Amino acid sequence: MTSAHSKLYSDDVSLVVVVVDTNPFFWATAALPFADFFANLVHFVNSILLLNHLNRVVVIASGVSSCAYIFDSGDASPAGGVGVAATFDKASRKVEEFIAQDAHATASNSSAASANAASLLSGALSLAMCYIQRIFRSGTRHPQPRILCLQGSPDGPEQYVAVMNSIFSAQRSMVPIDSCIVGTQDSAFLQQASYITGGVYLKPQELNGLFQYLAAVFATDLHSRTFLRLPKTLGVDFRASCFCHKKTIDMGYVCSVCLSIFCKNQKKCSTCG
Amino acid sequence: MRLNVHFRSIKCHKVGSKQARSLLKLCGGPDKGGDYMFEFDNAADRDQCRDFVAMVLGQHQGTIPPIPNIPHESVASTGLEQLTAAEVEQRMKLLRENSELQKLHMKFVLGKILQESEFWATRKEANNASKQRPAFKSAMLDLEPSVDGQTNKVTYRITTEKIHQIFVEKPAVHRAFLDSVPEKMSEAHFWSKYCEAETLLRTQNTALAAAHAAVDELLAVFLKSDDILAKEAKFKIKQVDPTLDMEPDAGDYYSRLLDHRILRDGSIQTVDTNSEFVMRTLSQDLNQHAAVVLEGRSHDVKLTDTKTLAEELARLKKEPSSCYNTDDANHERLVNVAHVTCMEDLQAPRNLVYAPLCIKNPREYLESQQANALRSLGGSNDGKKACNCSLSTDDAFFHLIDQVSSIKANRLNCNVVDSNVALKVFNELNKGISYSRSHNLKNPHENILGQLPGQTRDELMDHWASIQELLRHFWLSYPITSAALGDKVERLKDAMAQIYQKLQDMKESAAPDVRHEMSQLVKPMMQAMDAAFSHDLEQQQKCSKGKGTSPAGLETRRVAWPVQSSI
Repeated sequence: MTSAHSKLYSDDVSLVVVVVDTNPFFWATAALPFADFFANLVHFVNSILLLNHLNRVVVIASGVSSCAYIFDSGDASPAGGVGVAATFDKASRKVEEFIAQDAHATASNSSAASANAASLLSGALSLAMCYIQRIFRSGTRHPQPRILCLQGSPDGPEQYVAVMNSIFSAQRSMVPIDSCIVGTQDSAFLQQASYITGGVYLKPQELNGLFQYLAAVFATDLHSRTFLRLPKTLGVDFRASCFCHKKTIDMGYVCSVCLSIFCKNQKKCSTCG
Repeated sequence: MRLNVHFRSIKCHKVGSKQARSLLKLCGGPDKGGDYMFEFDNAADRDQCRDFVAMVLGQHQGTIPPIPNIPHESVASTGLEQLTAAEVEQRMKLLRENSELQKLHMKFVLGKILQESEFWATRKEANNASKQRPAFKSAMLDLEPSVDGQTNKVTYRITTEKIHQIFVEKPAVHRAFLDSVPEKMSEAHFWSKYCEAETLLRTQNTALAAAHAAVDELLAVFLKSDDILAKEAKFKIKQVDPTLDMEPDAGDYYSRLLDHRILRDGSIQTVDTNSEFVMRTLSQDLNQHAAVVLEGRSHDVKLTDTKTLAEELARLKKEPSSCYNTDDANHERLVNVAHVTCMEDLQAPRNLVYAPLCIKNPREYLESQQANALRSLGGSNDGKKACNCSLSTDDAFFHLIDQVSSIKANRLNCNVVDSNVALKVFNELNKGISYSRSHNLKNPHENILGQLPGQTRDELMDHWASIQELLRHFWLSYPITSAALGDKVERLKDAMAQIYQKLQDMKESAAPDVRHEMSQLVKPMMQAMDAAFSHDLEQQQKCSKGKGTSPAGLETRRVAWPVQSSI
């Protein structure tokens, strides 16, 4: 993994970009209510900010048709107690606005809405990477960035190419992608993401104690991870989706020029011709 | 009249001295039938027999079961090679030391697959170990005088080896030696003067040195800096490519200006550097010594007598200096230099032709992707399926917005996690981590071979060694130019086919849990043999085609090699 810039890091200062899945179809039937989930998340964000006064947290919500920044700790005022309540209010208001916006967007784009619609993981990852890149260019000393994905809805195979591109750009910038699955199914994309970028993939069994999982596993900064033993996955689902039908395939055909994957033999590659 | 003697009964053999009759005596020991004495017509015959006997006895000594009497029509029958006793000795030694080699030797030579000469032909490198020439010592020459405190005498010890080194490292001394010995003074006198000069230099007393030099011209030669070396250095500098940055090397040429000025004994040069009577610094000495050592010793300089040594060296040195400094060489160098030093801003801009990878028709690609995105597709996920959401879009969103409102209303409660739940979480994490750790650490050092039972492993290694040997000889025999080679190839193929069959049997009879590993191990061996067999087949086909036989009439050889294995 080569890095594009030479960076000077502070040792245990971290920038955590949390990608929150706000897919209503998933949350409507989830075991853990969204309110509790959000509470756990807020406590977790507070804990990270308490670990080091230079830590930064950014929360990105990924909906069905759109993604947006919900919270950026860099915006918050440095004042004490009053600021906290105001910040919380602001954040919750933003979530509400975003969901309303997403509802609007989904309603107008009726074809995308379905029971098994996936959240826009690719868009959220791209937003996260853009923010991180901005941080990289901000000065000589930056916190060490990492991305935490709290995912519940299933993977959308149509996003395979975009998600893989984001994963590779994260790998190149040496940004680990951690994943915490709050849904019922494993996510192949996030397994691959964590494997390739060197992050942690976790699917907790006890969702009531989500905060405990987050605090024990995902709150550690990158420097400390070198001497901590974190949960490792035993196997990764490395199957790709084919470029023509977006089906997950085990064996297929590969274009020798651009390495696009197809399930059927095609004379002409649709990507590079 | 024939005499039948078992080699088993012979313990040793002795050879009579050359001047006497050509005798060969085979000693059996008192209980084995006594000694046999053979007289030959000439020494050459006797030597041949002696070598043969030596070889056979050597084989005997290595083997435990007795080999039956080896008749003369055995594999060695293509004529005993003219082995020298030294070679036989070496071969026996090698066989004794290397048990694997011995096993191979037994299998192939005594099993009549390979001949003795072929077996050893590829191992000749082992015999050439003694032909290296020792070079100069890399330690720098130090005369190491012993100083006697009481009598104030300094004793120097000079050996011929040291003289040789002095001559090569200090050409001015060499020249002085050639000039003065034996005409002007004796050798002992010369060296005592040299030692005097050494002592003077070590004291770093330039005034004293100058005084002595003024009196004695030989001392002057020793004390002054070596002009031959300076000339050579100048010359070498000129030969260097002008585009090289010579700044760091300038110290050597301009001798003392940019040096560390550290002397041989570690002290720093303190005297005026411009005088002629200073010792060369450590770096100069090191460089000169290194150059001499790397150049190597010339071939035929014998360390017998100093005078002859000096003359030899002088003779050898004269030869190479004639080829330098020709005009052509100079001109060529200048042309090369002009090529190498190109000034980048004077060059024309070079736009490299490259083909960037791009989407040929972006519109087409994006449209196809959009069509995909619009289709309702479900990804296949193993594991539990999510329960299908029966709510409509609006309902789902309402529900979510409800939740968020409740958050805003209730704020956050302080007890986000119950302690029991937290404990459960920790236990689960612990279990998961230790399980994955034990799973990942399982047998990191055990490889495939370790899992097989010992006997199978030994057999496999054995087969592997034999296959290597056979294949080596096989590939060496191509192209087949004589009947003997063809014969040899046949024998090798037979042996290989046998091993192939054995490997096949081993694979089939392997226990089910190691079958996969076994086939993985056996696969490369069989592949190598398959390659050999198919090569042979091709060669035969070419051969028969060349002979003009009809394609249907390919001659079938008597070995039907096994079908190519597919695993």
